[in-house]
Amino acid sequence: MRTAFSAAMRDRVINLASPLLLLLLWEGAVRLGAVDARFFPPPSRIFVTLVALVESGVLWANTWASLQRLFWGSLIGGVPALLLGVVMGIYRPIRAALDPLVAATYPVPKSAILPLILLIFGLGEASKIAMVAIGVFYPVLINTVAGVLQINRIYLDVGKNFGAGRWRVLSTIALPGALPLIMTGVKLGVGMGLILISIAEMIGAKSGLGYMIWNAWEILSVETMYVGLLVIAVLGYAFTLLLNELERWVIPWKAEH
Amino acid sequence: MQSPPTPGPSIREGALSAKIVVRDLYKEFRTRNDTFVAIDHISLAIAQGTFFTIVGPSGCGKTTLLRIVAGLDTPTSGEVRIVQEDPSKPGNSMVFQGDSIFPWMTVWDNAAYGLRMRNRPQREIAEVVGHYLDRTGLTRFAAAYPHQLSGGMKQRASIARAFANDPEILLMDEPFSALDEQNRTLLQDELLRIWDETKKTVLFITHSVDEAVTLGDRIMVMTAQPGREKALIDVPFERPRHVLELRARPEYGELVYSIWSQLRDEVRQGRLQDEAMGSK
Repeated sequence: MRTAFSAAMRDRVINLASPLLLLLLWEGAVRLGAVDARFFPPPSRIFVTLVALVESGVLWANTWASLQRLFWGSLIGGVPALLLGVVMGIYRPIRAALDPLVAATYPVPKSAILPLILLIFGLGEASKIAMVAIGVFYPVLINTVAGVLQINRIYLDVGKNFGAGRWRVLSTIALPGALPLIMTGVKLGVGMGLILISIAEMIGAKSGLGYMIWNAWEILSVETMYVGLLVIAVLGYAFTLLLNELERWVIPWKAEH
Repeated sequence: MQSPPTPGPSIREGALSAKIVVRDLYKEFRTRNDTFVAIDHISLAIAQGTFFTIVGPSGCGKTTLLRIVAGLDTPTSGEVRIVQEDPSKPGNSMVFQGDSIFPWMTVWDNAAYGLRMRNRPQREIAEVVGHYLDRTGLTRFAAAYPHQLSGGMKQRASIARAFANDPEILLMDEPFSALDEQNRTLLQDELLRIWDETKKTVLFITHSVDEAVTLGDRIMVMTAQPGREKALIDVPFERPRHVLELRARPEYGELVYSIWSQLRDEVRQGRLQDEAMGSK
């Protein structure tokens, strides 16, 4: 027990120490002139920029803009994917009809349809949200279908035997049974959404983290670029933690390990 | 609990009408180049309140028979009729083989499933589910999820779910086959006690002769593929029964032996057929 505890503690210390060490090495290398400060500004300068961007409210305004688009995009892409996925999983003919469409459109790089999306939705909010929605849609759909299909048939027999109607079969068996894989789909989808919102905001946007990074490149404010990248990385990590927590909450019946 | 022993079903049968009627049931499965007969013209009349067991070698179509009675499968020809006395009750509820309670529901929600699907009032659900969780010894585990339970506890929950639904008849598909010997004996005893309270008509499938004799009022022995009726046997033991006491009696051993000797040929024949087909 004691060795297990100290091993866990040691892991945690290493977890924290390794990025710090890397930052120190970076800082030292720039100061010694071993790496070019124009491309790799020292962490201390990035930090100063970060503080300045926080104080001026610029960072928060851009982060908030991206978060809002992510939220609406995830909702608009995720909810239909979830419903369609459950229906596709339960009803074979619908699955047969839609499977080829999904298989054909899924591999198209989402960034490649950005021009089309801009054409359809214009340069405003709608095109950004649409990009996120498309990115979230596919992983949630594909994982929901797989989640329903892997439900043991015996549970459907139980539903039938105990008089569950169509709607009850969906809500008491298909949906909860598929939930573990649905959550995997949501995690993948939100990750994809974060990638796509960054790309979408680089073209024709006036706010957002993607815009901030692109604008920084245009005015050659390399430190601001790094701040943008840092915030996106932190957001990605925070979403993972948040969704893991959500998963524990919506799937209390999963065996803990 | 000390009720006088009730007479066997063979005596009652004349007075009471049949609850389950299976008429000339035939079921075949077609594969690409083969037709496989699972059930070969079986007829049955099971009297109200009978604990009816079907015993047969694995692959004799007994599960298919039960699924047809449950309405989960359709026969190729023939028919099944369950006499519905109370139209507000469900026709049948099944205790399935293996893990069939929903992993995403607590024991309580699992046991309440049938009643909820029938939109029964909250008060009734609370009362009935509470009663059957108590009878199956699951009250302490009401809020537990199945992954926290042993195999025996899960089957108890499955039994509670079926009884709580208060169906016209109960169907049981080898519910104890995955359990170890001690647990199986315990659950057989508990099932007998719960059943004694309700005396519902039960159709119970098993491959264990011991189990068929221990639980049943009547036993149908089935042949290996295709599944036919080989023998119909009345079990003369009075109720309430206690599993271990019953098994200590010489008449019990004699009955088990006589059924076994009829079944032995079937098991052997079934195995020969399996080998000839090169299946498995």
